[in-house]
Amino acid sequence: MTRPALLVESLVAGYGPDLPIVRGASIRAEAGEIVVILGPNGAGKSTLIKSVAGLVPKSSGRVLVGDNDITDAPAHTLVTRGLAFVPQTENVFQRMSVEDNLKVAGGVLKPRDVPERISEMYEIFPDLVRQKRDLAGSLSGGQRQMLAVARALMIHPSVLLLDEPSAGLSPKFVSMVFAMLSDVRKSGVTIVLVEQNAKAALAIGDRAYILVDGKERHEGVASEFWNDPVVAELYLGHRTDKAGGK
Amino acid sequence: MQFVVDGLLSGSMIGLGAIGVTLTYSILQFSNFAHGDLMSWGTYATLIVVNAILQIMGPVGPLGPLSFGWPLLLAMISGMALTGLLALAIDYVLFARLRQKSEMIIIVMASFGASMALRSFLEFLFTGQPTYFSHAIQIATPIGLGIRITPDQAVLLAMTAVLLLAVHLMITRTQTGRSMRAVSQNAALARVVGIDVKRVIRVTWLVGGALACFSGIMIGVLLQIRPTMGLDLTLPMFAAAILGGIGSIPGAVIGGLIIGLTEAVAVEQIGAEWRIAVSFVILIAVLFIRPTGLFGVQER
Amino acid sequence: MIDLVGYAAFFLTTVLIFSLIGLGLNLQWGLTGLFNAGIAGFVAVGAYVSALLTTPETPDHLGGFDLPIVLGWFGAMMAAAAAAALIGFATLRLKSDFLAITTFGVSMVVHLVVLNAQSITGGTFGIGFIPRPFASLVETPLYFNLGNLAVVTAVTLVVFFSLEHLAHSPWGRVLKALREDERAAISLGKNARFYRTQAFALGGGIMGLAGAVQAHFVGYIAPDNYLPTLTFQVWVMLVVGGSGSNLGVVIGSLIVWAIWAGSGAMTGMLFAPEQQAHAASLQLVAIGVMLCVILLVRPNGIFGGASQLRDKKRNSPKGADGAGPSSSSSTEANAPTDRMPISKKY
Repeated sequence: MTRPALLVESLVAGYGPDLPIVRGASIRAEAGEIVVILGPNGAGKSTLIKSVAGLVPKSSGRVLVGDNDITDAPAHTLVTRGLAFVPQTENVFQRMSVEDNLKVAGGVLKPRDVPERISEMYEIFPDLVRQKRDLAGSLSGGQRQMLAVARALMIHPSVLLLDEPSAGLSPKFVSMVFAMLSDVRKSGVTIVLVEQNAKAALAIGDRAYILVDGKERHEGVASEFWNDPVVAELYLGHRTDKAGGK
Repeated sequence: MQFVVDGLLSGSMIGLGAIGVTLTYSILQFSNFAHGDLMSWGTYATLIVVNAILQIMGPVGPLGPLSFGWPLLLAMISGMALTGLLALAIDYVLFARLRQKSEMIIIVMASFGASMALRSFLEFLFTGQPTYFSHAIQIATPIGLGIRITPDQAVLLAMTAVLLLAVHLMITRTQTGRSMRAVSQNAALARVVGIDVKRVIRVTWLVGGALACFSGIMIGVLLQIRPTMGLDLTLPMFAAAILGGIGSIPGAVIGGLIIGLTEAVAVEQIGAEWRIAVSFVILIAVLFIRPTGLFGVQER
Repeated sequence: MIDLVGYAAFFLTTVLIFSLIGLGLNLQWGLTGLFNAGIAGFVAVGAYVSALLTTPETPDHLGGFDLPIVLGWFGAMMAAAAAAALIGFATLRLKSDFLAITTFGVSMVVHLVVLNAQSITGGTFGIGFIPRPFASLVETPLYFNLGNLAVVTAVTLVVFFSLEHLAHSPWGRVLKALREDERAAISLGKNARFYRTQAFALGGGIMGLAGAVQAHFVGYIAPDNYLPTLTFQVWVMLVVGGSGSNLGVVIGSLIVWAIWAGSGAMTGMLFAPEQQAHAASLQLVAIGVMLCVILLVRPNGIFGGASQLRDKKRNSPKGADGAGPSSSSSTEANAPTDRMPISKKY
């Protein structure tokens, strides 16, 4: 049996050793899957994904990308292991141009491969070509998100992590983003995303988890999630109000 | 119009140092008060190498109308490298450790301590008396508009321009430069995109140290070498970096030039001893009127 | 024996003057969290103002006011406090290192002015004949030194207890709250800056008072008394004793000055006279290194408990880099205070 593309085992993580936010969560994504992580506010979804990306300290547990144990790997080495992360906020370098954002992300590639890869990104995201010399901060929210994903794809990731990719986007851009993720999956990339917008995410997802209080409570096939009474209870039982993302 | 030359010269000295200050501020996130003393150490290191070369080779004539020859040029390169290494060493021993566990202002405080120690050690080794690369007197040649310039001055200005161009190209066209810009804007995102921040920090120290050394050599060739030469430039360098907008390299250079030219004018009008008051007045004015400076980049 | 007592009195007087400066600094740093890198400048302002107000008419410098010593000291405090208030107003809304840079500039410029405005300040010749509190006792060194010690002790005690009282007063509690919790500072908005400016000004005034007291103790001042070295000495004393603690300031001053004077005496014995200036540089190297070592090893000093120097408690993480600039402007929860945008810092 082949290894999953991403395996998280009993991860305990948080900003202080006495304050774990992720408490023994285990998540797995098979190659080519889109896995969605849902859950109420404060469940630790964002912290979980940031911890996998090396930005939040881990106290115990393991993270593997394919055969590589990346638990202790410094954050900046993860792109060499095929793991790319798109944070929720501040996910582009605002005072660098679109082109420079892509170039700087291409640092781990061979220099002569970078221009070609950038052209490939421009094919997938044609809107970016027009603005390639513009500062990333001058782009609209949706375009910035596209740039952030393009930036992540520069390194040919095997696993793409996204933290609430639809947050703050207009409905038009939300469907664009999810359509684009669906396409990206077709090229063989495994996608794991944390989302508040459950409906849109489940529409493109293969499997989903619900995270509650730092641990996964339920796992299932995405298309069956809406009809699952356990899901409703987990959501209704813990949902406080609809305001605000995570 | 003579003040133009004087202003460009002191502006270059200030601006080159201010680049290091602004880089350290934006990438390492603290104001390094020991930067001026890196400049002093670099100059003395260069002096030692020059004297060593002259000891080994015997007297070597200067290049053309200049006061220095290839020994100084050779020593300059090694001096710049040595200063970069010194900066790395101080970071390794002191600043890096403090970054792990202390707030920024503590690191600033430590840089004060390092500054005192470095400067005083130079005084111990070389005494406070000024010394020189060369005692040759240079003739200033008129070049029109009432300006006179010596060959040393002209060559050093040209070298400054070349150096600044090189820095500009590095920052804008190379991956290292892009990585530095990235880290100065958002260190966490830089990690996410695969940038090794520790490597960027090392490059920052090397570049800052090398530029400080060149600035010090310029001062040493044109004026004199003293242990306090770096301390004397600290206030102008910071004023230049803040005037230009801390975090911006072009800003640091332009800020340096503005301060240099203003100082030159002030020296003509009210006397040379009031030089540093100029930097202070400009600093206060910037902080009152527009603290983000001309190219206000950093919004930390 | 009498000589020893006299010398001890002299030594203690010096220690107390340093403590006085340090008490002012502790108010600025320990209580309010402000980094003053130009202590020497405020001390100089106080010394020169008091000297100029109390010395008789002379062609060497501005003078002839002939005011009593107490008024000189009062003037010194006011002048230094005013300078501090101005600086504070300009920089306290900005990041903490801007205050450091500016105060550094202040001390450079003050030195420049007292050195070059010769007609006012006497330039390199300084100001002499500053009236001493016990001028009549000059003939008997022992009583003179003891008298001075008594005066300086009295002043220091008054300031010490006043500051202790202030620290525990509502005003002091506001300052502590501002230092501990940046968000509280932001919600207070303009008021936060006002409180901090007051604390900075008062601290500066105390430094000016110390300068004046010392001027009248020695009777002669010159620009080179007020160099960055003085700033360093006081900082080391504060850090050794433990910032935040007024008692720590006094103990730290005693310890550091004892080391300083002791090492000075040793170099006097070990080195020939012509080499002594040379050896003095080593003392300065030592003090610089000492400051760095303390900050690395025991930032809280002996009595310290001040939160600024508290370890940042960054847990050593698996996979999240510890070294390098503090991580993540996007990890909101651990954002250290120096990450905030300029407009919100103070």
